[in-house]
Amino acid sequence: MIPELGQFALILALVLSGAQTFFGLAGAARRDERWQAVVRPAVAGQFVLISTAIAALVSAFVNFDFSVLYVASNSNSALPTFYRVAALWGAHEGSLLLWAWILSVWTLAVAIFSRHLPASFASRVMGVLGFVSMGFLIFTLATSNPFERILPVPADGRDLNPVLQDPALAIHPPLLYMGYVGFAVAFAFACAAMLEGKLDQAWARWTRPWTTLAWAFLSVGIALGSWWAYYELGWGGYWFWDPVENASFMPWLVGTALIHSLAATEKRGLFKSWTLLLAILAFSLSLLGTFLVRSGVLVSVHSFAADPTRGMFILGFLVIVIGGALTLYAWRAPLLKSTAGFDVGAREAFLLYNNVLLVAAGAIVFIGTLAPLIADAFGAPSISVGTPWFTRLFPVAMLPLLALVSIGIHASWKQGRLATQRSRLTLGLAIAIVVGLLVVFAAYGPGRWLTPVGVVLGIWVIVSSLFDPVDRLRRRLSLSRAILGMTLAHIGLGVCVIAIAAVETYTIERDVALAQGESVALGRYAYRFDSIEPLEGPNYDGVRAVVTVLRDGQPVAVLHPEKRNYWVQRSTLTEAGIHSRWNMDLFAALGDDLGAGRWSVRAQIRPLINYVWLAAGLMALGGLLAASDRRYKSKVPATETNPAAAAGVQAS
Amino acid sequence: MNRFLLPIIAFFMLGAVLYIGVVHSPNKSTMASALLGKPAPAFELPVLGEPARKLKLADLAGRPWVMNVWGTWCIACREEHAALLDIAREGRIPLIGLNWRDEDEAAQQWLAQLGNPYSAVMIDREGRTAIDFGVYGAPETFFVDAAGRVQYRHVGPMTPEVWQREFLSRLPRGPSLP
Repeated sequence: MIPELGQFALILALVLSGAQTFFGLAGAARRDERWQAVVRPAVAGQFVLISTAIAALVSAFVNFDFSVLYVASNSNSALPTFYRVAALWGAHEGSLLLWAWILSVWTLAVAIFSRHLPASFASRVMGVLGFVSMGFLIFTLATSNPFERILPVPADGRDLNPVLQDPALAIHPPLLYMGYVGFAVAFAFACAAMLEGKLDQAWARWTRPWTTLAWAFLSVGIALGSWWAYYELGWGGYWFWDPVENASFMPWLVGTALIHSLAATEKRGLFKSWTLLLAILAFSLSLLGTFLVRSGVLVSVHSFAADPTRGMFILGFLVIVIGGALTLYAWRAPLLKSTAGFDVGAREAFLLYNNVLLVAAGAIVFIGTLAPLIADAFGAPSISVGTPWFTRLFPVAMLPLLALVSIGIHASWKQGRLATQRSRLTLGLAIAIVVGLLVVFAAYGPGRWLTPVGVVLGIWVIVSSLFDPVDRLRRRLSLSRAILGMTLAHIGLGVCVIAIAAVETYTIERDVALAQGESVALGRYAYRFDSIEPLEGPNYDGVRAVVTVLRDGQPVAVLHPEKRNYWVQRSTLTEAGIHSRWNMDLFAALGDDLGAGRWSVRAQIRPLINYVWLAAGLMALGGLLAASDRRYKSKVPATETNPAAAAGVQAS
Repeated sequence: MNRFLLPIIAFFMLGAVLYIGVVHSPNKSTMASALLGKPAPAFELPVLGEPARKLKLADLAGRPWVMNVWGTWCIACREEHAALLDIAREGRIPLIGLNWRDEDEAAQQWLAQLGNPYSAVMIDREGRTAIDFGVYGAPETFFVDAAGRVQYRHVGPMTPEVWQREFLSRLPRGPSLP
């Protein structure tokens, strides 16, 4: 009964999303306030109904209702409760439901926080969001109903995919979707502006906090996925340029460009059509990511479920939503003129360069990811460009970007008088070069030429972003959350680059066969394989090894790499043993039993790897701070623009 | 031309590419593996039941062979097993098993019970070789030609029709191979 209730709730939600779309868009077009008044209740109702559906599915999981196909396919009576709840998004159908629910959460937030916006504009925004929601609800109900029953009812479920039975992966999809779906809000704001035919600086100020918030969620989501791959896949890497990883990375890159372009639009009324295009693009890439993951057109280590009819449906939806938005763009964007000018060395110019490079980086990832499909479409044999494509080309876009960030951060709006900042520029660069080379050559030793370049640039970004806030503190000026957030995010970028440079260059790894008592040397460290013991979990058994890490002969850590056999899905999973120190990870993964007490062991020392994820956390925290800045809460009328005040504030 | 039209034009080109991708994917039992026409990925894997022996890609060079990915946990593999036994009886081409994410004991028991169609079974417990081949789910079957290039990939249970149409047709004409 409860699952049917959930399905019924979904159908009602679909009806409401239709009402939301129609009355939102038509009500604004007709300037009919009574029609527009329908929109907010529809949003609230949709949120309640989709929440009901989610609750129904969770209850089926928690109460072991294996008569529901999705529950039987993705859980088991031995599965711990936490994972029975997380199993909700363990496969396709539930993931879609989660997608729809998160969209309803964002829409509800828009409904609540848009009361100070012009009524017709807010109504259009919610209308567009209703349309997106309608598409996903139809998709869910028509092709991927999570409430489908099966007969005969199985005695027990087939269990959740064991690779998903992990805390980080359990919370990774909701965060990632918060980011993906959050870009729908920026998209809806862009569409509404095009429908209104009006885009001013106030529009950019309304859009910015939503975009920044979505971007922050996406940052954490991506980082969690990467962290999971690191300790769970047992290969010791943190990024594989896998299609599914790239699918989340592309909207992030374009979203980053959008955040910066919005800054220029808000402060100076510039790049209007470009900002619109980026807002459309960021959400398009989110949808494309969903398409790539769910349709199975690309083969990936992540492919959990794929189905061509679903692929066709999403493609159709993609064409309607993105095609529609881009048509609107081609029609309305030419009307938007930016009147303000700026010098070559002004902050606007640097934001423009930054945008070009970020979009170029996105294009590199895009082409690399879709290469097999493109080749296929032209009848060429399927090709996969692989990791070398990304690792060679990506730095080409990223390294100049880092230098531009370090310089551009000192530039002021409108006027290109960078010369007045000469002392800061030279001081920052000098500190970066001295510290960077010292770190590289004293602590690690020379690597590839790219390594010192990356480290120096990373430090330069950090130092440069500290000048302004430190200066403000010294002059006892207030530090707005926007400035603080921007500083944190840029520091995060610098930290991330340094960490990647270190881990890519100075990782030591050995794959060896070890018997009990034998050890393998990694630089100053040695890994000693002490013993192996049986292991018993709630829904798996396996073995656990005890590996002692010695430094100069003294034990410094004990690692416990595991190999787990999940009973129901009969699959073996490695669980790496990791000991994190402040400057490195000691990593061991257990391979095969080679017989006669010998095991293959993967031993690695990865310097600074934790800082890759810490950096993502810093960026996300920066985003959250910036999005909560006070000036977004002010209920300034839409018409008010105060160029003098805008030029005075240097925050972006 | 109006530069504001460029995004929509680019998008429709992309849409066409994606459309072809989806249309091709139902016969993605012929799933355009990224490997088609390309050299098979290298591997060196232990052989089931012969702990001392390892099988390398190079060992199989010089004649066409077929790799079948299976596991005892896979229901569809049981379904295709009879077809595989028939293929083995024909003896036109060596059938190499890739025992994917499985336990040796269970695998040996399975073969003892249901019959062994494979000339050798390689053990891929971690699934690394399966990932290299882009394996999507068991069962899957790959045709590798004498030059070591992957020529065909079938996703899902093997049937006599598929075998006749897609695999035998790719064998060079001539005396049957041992």
